[in-house]
Amino acid sequence: MKLLVCISKSPDTTSKIAFSDGNSKFDENGVQYIVNPYDEWYALVRALELKEAGGGTVTICTVGSAVDDAVIRKALAIGADEAVRIDADPTDAYYTAMQIAEYAKSNGFDLVLTGKETINYNGSQVGGMIAEALDIPFVSHASKLDVSGTTATVEVEIAGGVQVCEVSIPAVISCAKGMAEQRIPNMRGIMAARTKPLTIIPAADIQSLTTFVTYDLPNAKSACKMIDPTNMDELVSLLHNEAKVI
Amino acid sequence: MSTLVYISSSNGIGKSAMEVVTYAKKMGGAVTVVTNGGAATSALATLGEYGASKVLVDRAVSENDPQQLTRMIATAAETVGATTVIFSHDLIAKAVAPRLSVRMKAGLVSGAVAVPNGDTVQVNVFSGKAFGHVKINTEKKIISLLANSIQPEAGGSVCSVEEFNGNGGAAAIRVMATKKPEGEIPLPEAELVVSAGRGLKGPENWGIVEDLATALGAATACSRPVADIGWRPHHEHVGQTGVAIRPNLYIAAGISGAIQHLAGVNGSKVIVVINTDPEAPFFKAADYGIVGDAFDVIPRLTEAVKKFKSSN
Ligand SMILES: Cc1cc2nc3c(=O)[nH]c(=O)nc-3n(C[C@H](O)[C@H](O)[C@H](O)COP(=O)(O)OP(=O)(O)OC[C@H]3O[C@@H](n4cnc5c(N)ncnc54)[C@H](O)[C@@H]3O)c2cc1C
Ligand SMILES: Nc1ncnc2c1ncn2[C@@H]1O[C@H](COP(=O)(O)O)[C@@H](O)[C@H]1O
Repeated sequence: MKLLVCISKSPDTTSKIAFSDGNSKFDENGVQYIVNPYDEWYALVRALELKEAGGGTVTICTVGSAVDDAVIRKALAIGADEAVRIDADPTDAYYTAMQIAEYAKSNGFDLVLTGKETINYNGSQVGGMIAEALDIPFVSHASKLDVSGTTATVEVEIAGGVQVCEVSIPAVISCAKGMAEQRIPNMRGIMAARTKPLTIIPAADIQSLTTFVTYDLPNAKSACKMIDPTNMDELVSLLHNEAKVI
Repeated sequence: MSTLVYISSSNGIGKSAMEVVTYAKKMGGAVTVVTNGGAATSALATLGEYGASKVLVDRAVSENDPQQLTRMIATAAETVGATTVIFSHDLIAKAVAPRLSVRMKAGLVSGAVAVPNGDTVQVNVFSGKAFGHVKINTEKKIISLLANSIQPEAGGSVCSVEEFNGNGGAAAIRVMATKKPEGEIPLPEAELVVSAGRGLKGPENWGIVEDLATALGAATACSRPVADIGWRPHHEHVGQTGVAIRPNLYIAAGISGAIQHLAGVNGSKVIVVINTDPEAPFFKAADYGIVGDAFDVIPRLTEAVKKFKSSN
């Protein structure tokens, strides 16, 4: 089975969020980038498990610039066979998805896996867009994935529960918690990653449909009002009269 | 201007449906709703009260099949000449809106928190730690609205409901089984949420959390370790890697307030924190704080809520 895993970078979950250039740019000063957790923990590791069980190859694909190579090597260290970087600034989800779709079209993958969202832009857009461009099914927010022959069996989140469904491959699946357990790369993996193929391909000519213009931070919370633990009537009265939420 | 709103109506008309219709109405122009599934015509007609002038319903399309839904919504947009399509930013929108964006070549903004200002829409980014203002460069636009971002506003009267053929085509997804706990409030839609973490010591102690939730009419949630060790079901896990929620009231007991937990709840209007440790980081994000033992404070709060409810 040929598997393609879409890998995005994201700021470390503890990063301080700030903006520069008149609030028009994310301030990368002191920010550590990691592999987006959903892409790494769930999409990539499940792809590796499927390969280990049934054979095949795992290719990872990133739309990004040379600075992303460190994150790509990290994903290779976890066990992907080869990497492709489409050399472009991922300006919006449509632009990113169309680049990946162009690449996937000419390389015939059985499954394309993405994370359920990037933790910086939280768009949940790229996977569905790739699927529409390739005219294949998209299963979103999968928490389990198995493949037998040309059928994928997927467990997905639905409002307040889960659903088990079947879909023919090729398909795009976005991966959420439950799909696999995080793998820590070992020394052998890190050494091997240095020599695994990382192919850089030029970007296709695509127009972004959206542009981030500015950013701002939420208003700081005013100081927390402390309540006597024995006086819950006071809390209830504050929630009713002051906060007006009950 | 003509705006199309997709709503999911298989479980009746939920609050999120009223929110998105209100949102479309506030954008100006005519509002048409398109939906699939089995909701009663009389229930669908009530969307007129929030600003819809017409509801189109395609009863042949499955809510579980994003490709059918995409074709149906594209057909509806074409039929009514809509330039903007609005979704509620739920699991269905996450599967359908990106497809529709490619099909209609319409710029998609997901996670909107306010009515657009011209072509620019305010969204939640960095897991609720910041807002972005996104410009849509295309004439056709798709926006998915975060739950609890605006209040539904009723005022109009019922509207017409028309059976509609959206040319959904064949389904690609075959549903084999559905597991859904009955009678619970879906967490992302809940206005009041009671949540607990490792401070509760074990699953056998969740009775007091459930009692408080019942007294308030709230949904229950938990921190990630609690779901990971199996004390609570996974769908209750909120935070960076779980569900992101923005209820009116979030009560957190025995949760330290790690940054990854806050990422999923920092959009809540009011946060109450109950923790034995006065230094717990969660107090910095709280509106009301109680330094105390959850095993004493929660039952006392439950009694106070019951007293309040019976006298109001
Ligand atoms: C990449 C990444 C993603 C993550 N995503 C998430 C996520 O989505 N959601 C999430 O929740 N976490 C997430 N985490 C984990 C997060 O960092 C914290 O470890 C976790 O939130 C801690 O859970 P907790 O507050 O229940 O437990 P603890 O940190 O152990 O806190 C327990 C708290 O209970 C208090 N306490 C103890 N006894 C009592 C008592 N009797 N009464 C009242 N208070 C008491 C203690 O003072 C303490 O503050 C993530 C971590 C990483 C690295
Ligand atoms: N620049 C990128 N390169 C490769 N894959 C990406 C990129 N951005 C997003 N993705 C993939 O698309 C998923 C959803 O991203 P998003 O639509 O931004 O929430 C991510 O989890 C990744 O798997």
